[in-house]
Amino acid sequence: MKAESPDKPAGGGAPHVDDNQAVSAANARSGLVLFFVYLAFYAGFMGLATFAPGAMGQPVLAGVNLAIVYGMGLIAGALVVAAIYMWLCGRHARRYHAEAGR
Amino acid sequence: MIYETSWTAIGVFAAFVALVLGISFYLGAKAKSASGYYAAHGQIPWFVNGVAFAGDYLSAASFLGICGMIAFYGYDGFLYSIGYLAGWIVALLVIAEPLKRLGKFTFADALDSQFNSRGIKLAAAISTLVVSVFYLIPQMVGAGALVKPLLGFPEHYQGVVTVGLIVILIVVTAGMVSTTWVQFIKGGMLVVFCAILTAMIVGRGLTALEAPPREMAEGAKVLSPGGDWAAKKGADFRQVEVAPGQVRVERRYGDDWRLVQSSFKHHGQTMVNGLPQGKKPGQTDFAPVGRIAELPAGRRQTGPLNPLSYLGTLQQSQVEVWRSLKLKDERAVETTIYYPLVVRGDELLTPGGSPTFSALRTNLYVEREGQQVLSWSAIWSKLDFLSLMIALFGGTASLPHILIRYYTVKDQASARKSTVVGIASIGFFYVLTLFLGLGAMTSGRLDVTDNNMAAPLLARSFGELPFAVVSAIAFTTVLGTVSGLIMAASGAVAHDLLANSLRLGLSDYAKVRAGKITAVFVGLVAIALGILFGRLNVNFLVGWAFNIAASANLPALVMLLFWRGTTRQGITAAIFVGMLSSLAWILLSQQCYRDVYGLPPESALVPFSQPGIVTIPLGFAVLVAVSLFTRGNNGRPGGRG
Repeated sequence: MKAESPDKPAGGGAPHVDDNQAVSAANARSGLVLFFVYLAFYAGFMGLATFAPGAMGQPVLAGVNLAIVYGMGLIAGALVVAAIYMWLCGRHARRYHAEAGR
Repeated sequence: MIYETSWTAIGVFAAFVALVLGISFYLGAKAKSASGYYAAHGQIPWFVNGVAFAGDYLSAASFLGICGMIAFYGYDGFLYSIGYLAGWIVALLVIAEPLKRLGKFTFADALDSQFNSRGIKLAAAISTLVVSVFYLIPQMVGAGALVKPLLGFPEHYQGVVTVGLIVILIVVTAGMVSTTWVQFIKGGMLVVFCAILTAMIVGRGLTALEAPPREMAEGAKVLSPGGDWAAKKGADFRQVEVAPGQVRVERRYGDDWRLVQSSFKHHGQTMVNGLPQGKKPGQTDFAPVGRIAELPAGRRQTGPLNPLSYLGTLQQSQVEVWRSLKLKDERAVETTIYYPLVVRGDELLTPGGSPTFSALRTNLYVEREGQQVLSWSAIWSKLDFLSLMIALFGGTASLPHILIRYYTVKDQASARKSTVVGIASIGFFYVLTLFLGLGAMTSGRLDVTDNNMAAPLLARSFGELPFAVVSAIAFTTVLGTVSGLIMAASGAVAHDLLANSLRLGLSDYAKVRAGKITAVFVGLVAIALGILFGRLNVNFLVGWAFNIAASANLPALVMLLFWRGTTRQGITAAIFVGMLSSLAWILLSQQCYRDVYGLPPESALVPFSQPGIVTIPLGFAVLVAVSLFTRGNNGRPGGRG
């Protein structure tokens, strides 16, 4: 597996787009927003498990209860959040290239 | 239970070890420089690094501990899966890229990138050592527990020594290069094989197994021992002499008394169900357990299911699970009793079924003298759970052996992509743990005395080869994680402590040699601790390592990245206070009082055992306070990196 990154500018030896402070800061901002979204999702799970365990036993999807669906959702949600973050980072890089090319 | 030595398992295991050591020796020739030894020259492809994250992170505790906990208690083991995986979001979205940008070999480099402070390097190196050693103990204990039955070693310490020596060889030969490839191979095999096993479990479906013939001790002599047997704790149990000299235990089920499994020591010999434990005539062993007692609509068998219908059907079934209890008689002879209970599936598949998290099902209010009053014990227990979940969330991105993996790839984009690959493989694996655990729960193969063996025994229910492969993978699981931990400790001592904090002016070659000597030393310490703490609960120890890592490292990492006012004194103080307070909390907790010191748990000085909910905020508060106090005398030149 080659480690080439698609958002790397053409031309050997050029600085990577992530080394640009504006791109790096934009990535960090997107990261933080997504982090808080996921944190809220995780906190909701902890809150339900701690204070409303009865609700966790309710079947919600094809007879499977909320505890399992929410738990699996947190795991799948991590991957979804990661995919969105990758997409946003790619967009920041593309915007940088577009501006640099102007 | 006594396990037959499996020659297939030994063969597969030997092939794995030979492969891993072969790779190490081959790559060793290429890793002579410090950059090669500590960071694999920063040339590991991102995909390989991502799978190696899984190999590094999915420790014996994840694989064996979680499967075992789910197999015995249901959903509660899955809570660990969720917490361990969620922590990767912190790593991806907050820590990964700045850490890669700021550091060189270790996370101390990143913390210290703008200060050049010996205090920070010293604090970070010590915290790395403490966290790594805390994390090493359960890995070594798990290794011993695993290898002993699989390879037919008579003693626990032989397994620990075998694992320790192989890992030292891997780390010393080629450092991070071989460690990475070992973790890649192990991570990949673990996920792929567990997926195959899950497909086999779901494809096999669920079968209601008949209860073994009901054993009644007709005409047996009922004994009346004192101690716990005569107290409330032992009210539902009694000892019966079923044959001259053969003492067994019965449990009360409604109006009936029924024989259950039990063991005690008699003149150094383990007695099982009243007879010496063994396979020879006149000896006996524990019976394997775990079955569906009743399927919905009175069916005997479901046939192949899909993942959702598997969970849905199990939820509507009645499952026989086994619980244990220890009772001491008046002469302090302790009997361990294992007894079955039939539990509704939906009860098993909601949080709070295990002793660890039973508080989740308790009410915050209790009735006292006709009034509803807040129960402090319920509050503390619920806080204990929240504290663990917070530590798991914050701890992943603070584990030194995970953080050093960011220096093996070439740039931030690779760090990001490898984290996503890591999340995908680790997340997929954790989804599988639920099916593996539940498959083991209903396989009829569980060992009542050892829940760590649930996953290998589940594989045995499909045949000898799956068992051999799972065992060999579990063993490489230990190798991968332990070698990562020893690498982290080795880097902390040689690079952070000797070269940077004590400023010994080591050459590149000397730094590698110092790292290798440290690796041997830490490996030997790990072997010793693995033998010493052989009886402690593996998953619990891992939880504590996450607490210490999150308390010591998370405040420093996060504030360095997001608060311009952070000073070097603030970072140093936060690491020391976070580490020492969480360590002290753990040592003063009920668990330590009971399991380590043998003291009454009620006399413990802290109200619950997981410190994170207190000590992580404490680390942040100390960092802010000390930074504000010392702001004038040391600004950092570059501001936020």
